[in-house]
Amino acid sequence: MVSLHTRRHLTNFLSQIGAVLTVCFGLFWLGWILLTLLQYGIPGMSLSVFTQMTPPPGSQGGLLNAIVGSFSMVMLSTLIATPIGILAGTYMAEYGQTGWLSPVTRFINDILLSAPSIVIGLFVYEAYVVHVKHFSGVAGSFALGILVIPVVVRTTENMLKLVPNRLREAAAALGTPQWKIITMITLRASRAGIMTGILLAVARISGETAPLLFTSLNNQFWSNNFNRPMANLPVTIFDYAMSPYKDWHSLAWAGALLITFGVLGLNIVARAFFRQNRPGD
Amino acid sequence: MSTKLEKPKVIVRNLNFYYGETRALKNISIEIPEYRVTAFIGPSGCGKSTLLRTFNQIYKLYPKQKATGEVFLDGVDILQNASDLNRLRARVGMVFQQPTPFPMSIYRNISFAVKLYETLGRIEMDERVEWALRKAALWDEVKDILHRNGNSLSGGQQQRLCIARAIAVKPEVVLLDEPASALDPISTARIEELVTELKKDYTIVIVTHNMQQAARVSDFTAYMYLGELIEFAETEMIFTRPAMKETEDYITGKFG
Repeated sequence: MVSLHTRRHLTNFLSQIGAVLTVCFGLFWLGWILLTLLQYGIPGMSLSVFTQMTPPPGSQGGLLNAIVGSFSMVMLSTLIATPIGILAGTYMAEYGQTGWLSPVTRFINDILLSAPSIVIGLFVYEAYVVHVKHFSGVAGSFALGILVIPVVVRTTENMLKLVPNRLREAAAALGTPQWKIITMITLRASRAGIMTGILLAVARISGETAPLLFTSLNNQFWSNNFNRPMANLPVTIFDYAMSPYKDWHSLAWAGALLITFGVLGLNIVARAFFRQNRPGD
Repeated sequence: MSTKLEKPKVIVRNLNFYYGETRALKNISIEIPEYRVTAFIGPSGCGKSTLLRTFNQIYKLYPKQKATGEVFLDGVDILQNASDLNRLRARVGMVFQQPTPFPMSIYRNISFAVKLYETLGRIEMDERVEWALRKAALWDEVKDILHRNGNSLSGGQQQRLCIARAIAVKPEVVLLDEPASALDPISTARIEELVTELKKDYTIVIVTHNMQQAARVSDFTAYMYLGELIEFAETEMIFTRPAMKETEDYITGKFG
């Protein structure tokens, strides 16, 4: 009869092995992906990727217009979607404890959060692109914005709810009006968490391809007109990877490398920032 | 009751308080004397914090809580006057059990409070901040770190910061809800010294579950049990010759 102590030791040991193996399994695939990206992407990288525009097949070029276009659309969509998200999240956490509006909004928000991005792209296509009869950077930003809003709403509401009630009571006991309590105390106390949520939303939309396929399409040339198709990295990668040209392939790999490590970097920055400025600091 | 000789600052008459359907305060009538320290003591759940929280209407933040009866501050019934809650809270300040510094610098914690009611120039604000921190016996410890976040202070310092913040708006009454129960004995002793100092200028009401603290610090003590006011008299009387048996049982530790 094996003793209880030994059995517990064995169970503990086996569970630890199981956990470590699972982690290794996950890390293995991640490592393989990153290594492949590095293996094919680095040869394609050079200064010209950042200084020259997307070329016709056979000539020298880079990804400048795609990088700038992606950056512009991500900026515009974040600028529009973030205030909407914060206002909605603030309403739900601070004003909407009673009544039906908050629970309904939360429910719809959660659905939107996990909606397939291609559906969102199709929606913007039907609702906007078809009517104005052309693809545009504006439409692309709409689609990306719709992806950002639920993330910001959810993060804002959760972070605000983490602020202990006694902080609100202390401010109220001084005679602070409610709007001041919310802006100067509660939102202030949760700003690190909300910033992190925004950074994570940006990381998410940076690599989205499907919504852009139906809204901003792509542009071979320099595109700074938001009312015309706008160059962007994800669709460029899509186009180039599917093509039969070797130099386009290598540019596609370089683009993939850029997006992946850009998003990875953004995630790391977001989490480091949050750890440094934990709620309450 | 021996408070007849003191001028009452707050007069409570037939106060009933409800958390939803539950009646937490049963027909409380009491007179809080001005420029004295009054302590509310009693076992957990007796209603002492509930009673304290009607004085600045902080319960109004929660829709399920309501009060009926009369609470007069300097002769004006604050339960009827729903008009300016913020004005009331300028006159009646509160310090809570858990220290709650705002997520901003020490200086701004205090200037934030003052700015709610007054517009002061830079120099005047500096003076007010210094005055409040001196009154709270915190100035010497923080005068060189006023820009630092309030959360970087120790528990006892944070609580004194909250007291400084409450005082900075120059209230008339200061309510203390178990202010030292989350602090170590030395910080507690400093808070108690502070309370004795402050009563020169303010009416103080302190809720405490620590009987010895009530005996040390207060001039008048109210003993409450299960939502009722059992006895209210000068502290010396309560602790040496209580009139009611229930009070005596609690004081001598027979229960609660």
